[in-house]
Amino acid sequence: MKISVIITLKKDVLDPQGKVIHQTLEGMGFNDVNEVRQGKYFEIDTKETNNDKAKAKVEDMCKKLLANLVIENYKIIDSK
Amino acid sequence: MKSSVITFPGSNCDRDMDVALKKFGFKNKMVWHADAELPKSDLVVLPGGFSYGDYLRCGSMASKSKIMQSVINFANSGGMVMGICNGFQILVETGLVPGVLLRNKYLEFICKNVFIKINDKNNKYFKNVNNEVLEFHIAHNEGNYFCTNDQLKEIEDNSQIAINYCDKNGNIEDQFNPNGSIKNIAGIFNKEKNVLGMMPHPERMIDTSLSGEDGSLFFKNLINNLK
Repeated sequence: MKISVIITLKKDVLDPQGKVIHQTLEGMGFNDVNEVRQGKYFEIDTKETNNDKAKAKVEDMCKKLLANLVIENYKIIDSK
Repeated sequence: MKSSVITFPGSNCDRDMDVALKKFGFKNKMVWHADAELPKSDLVVLPGGFSYGDYLRCGSMASKSKIMQSVINFANSGGMVMGICNGFQILVETGLVPGVLLRNKYLEFICKNVFIKINDKNNKYFKNVNNEVLEFHIAHNEGNYFCTNDQLKEIEDNSQIAINYCDKNGNIEDQFNPNGSIKNIAGIFNKEKNVLGMMPHPERMIDTSLSGEDGSLFFKNLINNLK
């Protein structure tokens, strides 16, 4: 079973990379962008077959390793 | 005095730290990250470098390595643990010291000498250092110290800020902040002040023919404080 996770920076954490990407987009002519925030995406292929259990395990992974909860939020996407 | 320097895959300041510790009288042992047991130590150092290639977040993988459970137990029982640069990043990932280290504000890798002001001398690392300001070296891409407002209040209330970036006269101002860190923070302690994480490298300032001498002051003082 594949579970996906999206990690994003919390809203009051500075994202200099997102800022530079925003500036570059503007330089390319994309003038209607308000803001860009960069994040991370993970696909976890697990042996667990029960959807709820798999999600619970991935949540534990997020808390313990994948995300740093001081600065990041995580969102678990339903399995496909 | 016995010290241990932990080598992670990708550490590159471990040998410099070994040289510095031995120069000032420590009996130092190098300890591999996959070992489970820490040798008997008066000081444990997590050195600088790029452990695990800085994958995921700097220090995140190293903070979960086998030896770290022993290091965490050692720190929690009052043992002296010092993390320099990547070692500081590893410490924040273990939770031994609060906050995180973000990408430098202007996205540059910074490699230069900086001045730091000692904010607190009521601890074994800086007690009896005569100078208020020291010149150390920094070399990092993620040294932009960040924490929540609640954490900041707590570390200020407990005098956990160890050192701040400043000019040579000790003025702590924005223009002397190399990486955008909150309040010019260059290093912090845990609550009990036996754990110190800092971005600057004292081990790069121990030889007049190569650099300055302020690292020598730091290490000479440290070993005396531990005796």
